[in-house]
Amino acid sequence: MTPVRVSIIGAAASLLLLLVVLELIRGRRLKERYALLWLATGVVLLVLSAWRDGLNTIAGWLGVETYPPAVLFAVATLFILLVLLHYSTVISKLTDENVDLAQRIALLEERVSRSSSGPRPPAD
Amino acid sequence: MVPAFNESGAIGRVVDEIRSFDPSIDVVVVDDASTDETASVAQAHGATVLGLPFNVGIGGAVQTGFRYALEHGYDLAVRLDGDGQHDASEISKLLEPLERGDADLVIGSRFVDHGGSYRPPFARRVGIRVFARLVSILGGQRVTDTTSGFLALDRAGIELFAAEYPHDYPEVEATLVALRSGLRLSQVQVEMRERESGSSSITFVRSLYYIVKVLLALLVASLRRYPRLEGVRR
Repeated sequence: MTPVRVSIIGAAASLLLLLVVLELIRGRRLKERYALLWLATGVVLLVLSAWRDGLNTIAGWLGVETYPPAVLFAVATLFILLVLLHYSTVISKLTDENVDLAQRIALLEERVSRSSSGPRPPAD
Repeated sequence: MVPAFNESGAIGRVVDEIRSFDPSIDVVVVDDASTDETASVAQAHGATVLGLPFNVGIGGAVQTGFRYALEHGYDLAVRLDGDGQHDASEISKLLEPLERGDADLVIGSRFVDHGGSYRPPFARRVGIRVFARLVSILGGQRVTDTTSGFLALDRAGIELFAAEYPHDYPEVEATLVALRSGLRLSQVQVEMRERESGSSSITFVRSLYYIVKVLLALLVASLRRYPRLEGVRR
């Protein structure tokens, strides 16, 4: 059986995570789109911490017999991996878009400087 | 102002309709990096086209239009969809309260009275109603349609939305932000036509994300403070 203290600390930590994430969204430092996974992490960990029988049952399914709170660690690790993977895809997309923007600015600058200083393009 | 993503089949007629309704209206199509001929078709029909370098989503596209309106000093802006769902001849209905000075934001609602013919599928109808109810409660004014993409703004509205507009699935949250910022909102009944081409951007797979995101955004928006805009009125 999970020690009560582990359950309490786990629940408190998950609640803290949820509150911090909500406050970050409220302060516009985190967009909803990127907060959803964090919120899911917080909710799942909160449920698993508070619902002690559930944690034991799941630990039984997974073959974790000696120390059910290990499941909490496993789930937390899984969610952290998910968040990281998600961010990797986001960074990849941002990289592509950033290069695209830089290229467009270079092309625009060339066009602007040509039309303001050099020979004017005909009829424009 | 018309946001469009891959609407080459409908955008020409949309632009024509607006221009035949009132030729003095400047039509701006915001092309959200379409992969079809949307931009060139719109241009050929006489619209100014703002081409986004990559797809930024409907909210970011719409806000591009608001920022254009802000930068070019427009006092009135109308937003309608690029797929032909909205009837341009109803623009006058939306502008009326703005021109009388009775409102800053007019939403073309499909549900003001029950005479409207628009009957969405059950799940969507429930969703629309729940969001409308939530925004009404949180915003302190009865709103009948928070997912409509047909709206008109005065200068105060343009300034607000140019500065602050959600980037994905924006309409519901934007309505609440407008109310909490003190914009005077009014609603007029409009008809919705069947889509001429393309498909709704809300597929079944995305609807869960849609619901969760909008609920979260509403929760957070009602926890935020927004500067009231009353002072800027003429």
